[in-house]
Amino acid sequence: MAVDQLIVMILALPLLGALINGTIGKNLPKQIVGSIATIVMFAAFGLALMVFNSNHEEKIIHLFSIINLDSLTLNARFQVDSLSIWMTLIVTGVGSLIHLFSMGYMSHDKGYYKFFTYLNLFIFAMLILVLGSNYFMLFFGWEGVGICSYLLIGFHYSDEQKGMLNGLAARKAFIMNRIGDLGLLIALFLILMQFGTLEYREVADKLLVENMMPTTWMMFGITLMLFIGATGKSAQIPLFTWLPDAMAGPTPVSALIHAATMVTAGIFLVVRSNFMFETPGAQATQDIMLYVGLATSLAAAFMAMRQNDIKKVLAYSTVSQLGLLFVALGMGAYTAAMFHVTTHAFFKALLFLGSGSVIHAMSDEQDIRKMGGLKKYIPITHMTFLIGTLAIAGFPLLSGFYSKDEILAHAVMHSPVIYGILMVSVAMTAIYMFRLYFLTFHGTFRGTEEAKHHLHESPKSMTIPLLVLAVLSVIGGALNLPGVILSKGTHWMSHFLEHNTRGLELIETHHLSNSQAMLLMGGAVLMTLIILFGAFVVYVKKNSVAKADEELKGWELLSNKKLYFDEIYNALFVVPVEWISVKSHQFIEMFILNKSITGFTGLIGKSGDVVRKWQTGVVSSYILWMVVGIIGLVVYYLIKF
Amino acid sequence: MVLASIFESGVSIQFYIVLSTILFAIGAIGVLIRRNMIILLMCIELMLNAVNLLLVAFSTYFGKADGQLFVFFIMVVAAAEATVGLSILVMAYRNIRTTDVSIFNKQKG
Repeated sequence: MAVDQLIVMILALPLLGALINGTIGKNLPKQIVGSIATIVMFAAFGLALMVFNSNHEEKIIHLFSIINLDSLTLNARFQVDSLSIWMTLIVTGVGSLIHLFSMGYMSHDKGYYKFFTYLNLFIFAMLILVLGSNYFMLFFGWEGVGICSYLLIGFHYSDEQKGMLNGLAARKAFIMNRIGDLGLLIALFLILMQFGTLEYREVADKLLVENMMPTTWMMFGITLMLFIGATGKSAQIPLFTWLPDAMAGPTPVSALIHAATMVTAGIFLVVRSNFMFETPGAQATQDIMLYVGLATSLAAAFMAMRQNDIKKVLAYSTVSQLGLLFVALGMGAYTAAMFHVTTHAFFKALLFLGSGSVIHAMSDEQDIRKMGGLKKYIPITHMTFLIGTLAIAGFPLLSGFYSKDEILAHAVMHSPVIYGILMVSVAMTAIYMFRLYFLTFHGTFRGTEEAKHHLHESPKSMTIPLLVLAVLSVIGGALNLPGVILSKGTHWMSHFLEHNTRGLELIETHHLSNSQAMLLMGGAVLMTLIILFGAFVVYVKKNSVAKADEELKGWELLSNKKLYFDEIYNALFVVPVEWISVKSHQFIEMFILNKSITGFTGLIGKSGDVVRKWQTGVVSSYILWMVVGIIGLVVYYLIKF
Repeated sequence: MVLASIFESGVSIQFYIVLSTILFAIGAIGVLIRRNMIILLMCIELMLNAVNLLLVAFSTYFGKADGQLFVFFIMVVAAAEATVGLSILVMAYRNIRTTDVSIFNKQKG
């Protein structure tokens, strides 16, 4: 099959799954619903692999024009190139595994068919986002994944205890994303105004080939607005607080949407628009991106240190990793960022699914203070979770080690200070991940007897995705091996993405010397090992456990309370807005608007009462009026002429 | 022919105008002050015929056939109107046992 049909089928399959499950899924048995959703995903992944194998030439697939005006053309078009096909592989590949996992995880849920409908719909929207050939298609997918994220965060909205909280978390995510989306929308308008088109290729041609040079302010504005859009979706300061709350959704959702795919949409957006971020005016945006990413990475890693909800730790970890990615983007290291997006998708999906398996075994308990010693009971989950932990902590030869190291190498070239701060963030990552791992799987079981009795390893449909992702987390680093160890076959991914980004020339021009690179790696490895040993001593040998909320003080309290971000936002935005709303309800609504409207209706009613008297209902009196009128008219005209 | 010569020579247009005005006024006042539905219909007919008379008179006066043509139309319409009016009258009488229009005041505001 030609690439055209393949791409259309890749897009159509998840949509078809969503349509089937959304319409008749309620009446189908659970196995069939889950199988349909999972099979379309695996089929889409297979087709994506076929596209990946066929060729890597850039190709535009035009489906139809949505709007065709004199000044504006919006096309439903897809762009198949290295970047979009790579993202498609991640989305469909990780997506299929998570669908498979969900079949086991959600098996006791009433809304089974609804869950898979949303999940398939999400994949469809995400594929539109990554495959579209213009900013409009990206925006379409962007909003599509947003609504699916909203629906899935609030999936258990009717839960008796936490239903309300789940709904609020969903609302928070939605509103926070709206703020970012407004930025993206403004960026779209600015691009349209400046370039007259939204197609990536045409914009790039105008900038690079035709040498059209907009003012620096214009480029700064466009790129900054794009970045604001990215901060919303990819959970950066100041819009990151929705992501930890989004953990209210079922765990597979956290793995798929809030770790592996949707939150990397912001990264994808910046990588896609890299030709704009390299123009003179955008230097300032790059710096903003760098520092915002740095601050987010550091702050989120700090917050993760004293969280006691297994999913919250991973959520802050995701925010922190996304911050790291924006640091990479701020330095222009686009391929390094894409590499880390890939490995992060593997190990973070693995960690989330592992935590899902733990929660499943613990009968929906998420507090790590009530876990402990789980490695005996759920060995497969334990092994895979350990691999995920080691990968994210940067243990040598696992995938996270290579991808982080590449970003760190860029940081060294950029500025030693940034490298230093990043190392702190990386160190904290290792600390909280080992804390999470040891507290969950080592020591003694701290939960109730009933929960202990119920502990069990998850079914096959859940352990198989864990194993596959664990393997990927181990070998994922091979995608982009650094030049230090081998002389050939390195930087495969940088070469693969060279058409889309300028990552390759960056690597080849500013190459670190081998000894420097070895030094960096050695430092990182040493740090990870020390932290591993330290965490082992603290949490296994000394058997210390996480403190109760009341005993926390100092920095621990600060970390546990997320640096009081929510409280500050509450005081800054929510409270004033509520105050204004209440006051305007009292004064504007009740006093001015209500009074003026009721006054007006009263006036009309009163005048009606007066006029009504004329309507006697006697026909002859009406005729009398008519005759009088006619006579009056006749008399008037007689006098006039 | 004799009659025609009298019209042409003797009776001037003013008389027709006055006569039809009087007829129309009688009809109008009848509609206004009488309560019986049959009388009302007859008064309406009177007004229509006053107009007819005027039209014919002017038609002759100006020597054109338009007015007479109109009269035929009005006659047809008047016949139809009388039919409909009388049938309403019959139905109303069957239901309320009276032909007095003053009790039709349901539209009183």
